[in-house]
Amino acid sequence: MKVLRTFKADLHIHTCLSPCGELSMSPRNIILRAVEEKIDILGICDHNSAENVPALLAIAKTYPVTIFPGMEITSQEEIHILGLFDNLEAVLQLQEEVYHHLPGENDEEAFGLQVVVNEQGEVLRFNPRLLIGACNLSLNQIVDLIHSFKGLAIASHIDRESFSLISQLGFIPSDIILDALEISPSISYYQALNRFAPHLPLVSFSDAHRPEEIGQSFTRFLIQEASLTEIRLALRNQQGRRIIH
Amino acid sequence: MTLQEIIKGLNLEVITGGDNLNLEVKDGYTSDLLSDVMANAQPACLWITLQTHVNIVAVAKLKDLAGIIIVNGRQPDKETRQKAQEENLPLLLSKETAFQVSGRLYQLLGKGK
Repeated sequence: MKVLRTFKADLHIHTCLSPCGELSMSPRNIILRAVEEKIDILGICDHNSAENVPALLAIAKTYPVTIFPGMEITSQEEIHILGLFDNLEAVLQLQEEVYHHLPGENDEEAFGLQVVVNEQGEVLRFNPRLLIGACNLSLNQIVDLIHSFKGLAIASHIDRESFSLISQLGFIPSDIILDALEISPSISYYQALNRFAPHLPLVSFSDAHRPEEIGQSFTRFLIQEASLTEIRLALRNQQGRRIIH
Repeated sequence: MTLQEIIKGLNLEVITGGDNLNLEVKDGYTSDLLSDVMANAQPACLWITLQTHVNIVAVAKLKDLAGIIIVNGRQPDKETRQKAQEENLPLLLSKETAFQVSGRLYQLLGKGK
């Protein structure tokens, strides 16, 4: 039987596909930086899209880093929600649903380039959708969708004054079935406990848009292996798996 | 001015709280950030928003607001209707934008004179 050990996870990383992500957020740069920071698991969560996940998965094969395919979805309430998965198919199915409900076209001058790349960092295409926009699905619908594809649903940066569960809805709805709440690098775990008294587990990730931000904030999990199943157990504090605060 | 008079003046559709319309409305507050409403809205004012999540009912009760106008022809979620019903909170709908509703309410209440 495998023993439990500590895994360092930064599960909220943007790539050059996000209009607000730097162009230097290429798959190779992201992986190299993660290795430097001794991160075991990376979550790739671009705004309303997962088109750079294949490149990240390909390049990660030769490095000691596990990639969780993901997306950061904007709900109709303008709340950012992370959806994290253990396989590419699931995130692509979710992406299809999101695209179906995402109106508008990107204005590159106003919002930035949305670059889809291969594992060498070569430009494959520019995503024409308004990825910075909100899709016309409610918070609850998005959480249900993520769960229907067997993913983890985490509310992004709840301490921020924009696009967060708390800025948009005032407080954490008591009936919400999220797997965790993310806090940003600008607040500590204990500050967040005091401020939000959450009934859900707290995690901290970097929300990196530039390479140097990767690992600025992370969460340590005591788990057996770098899998979504193990992370889920840790979030629920089950079978000895847990978050190390 | 009573809520009843405002409903007539702005041609609002009453979804819930129909027996709670004699409240005196002193002011309005327009915002889509519930955290901002919790911090800044005053009691007895009418809240104009396009948010439809059930949390709007709790915020309105917490701040003792006269009611909520949901704009742009948006429809409140089922849970929101239920909760507003339970709380007897006036939930009102308008097909107009937040700008139009706010401007007209501002005039109706005789503000800026």
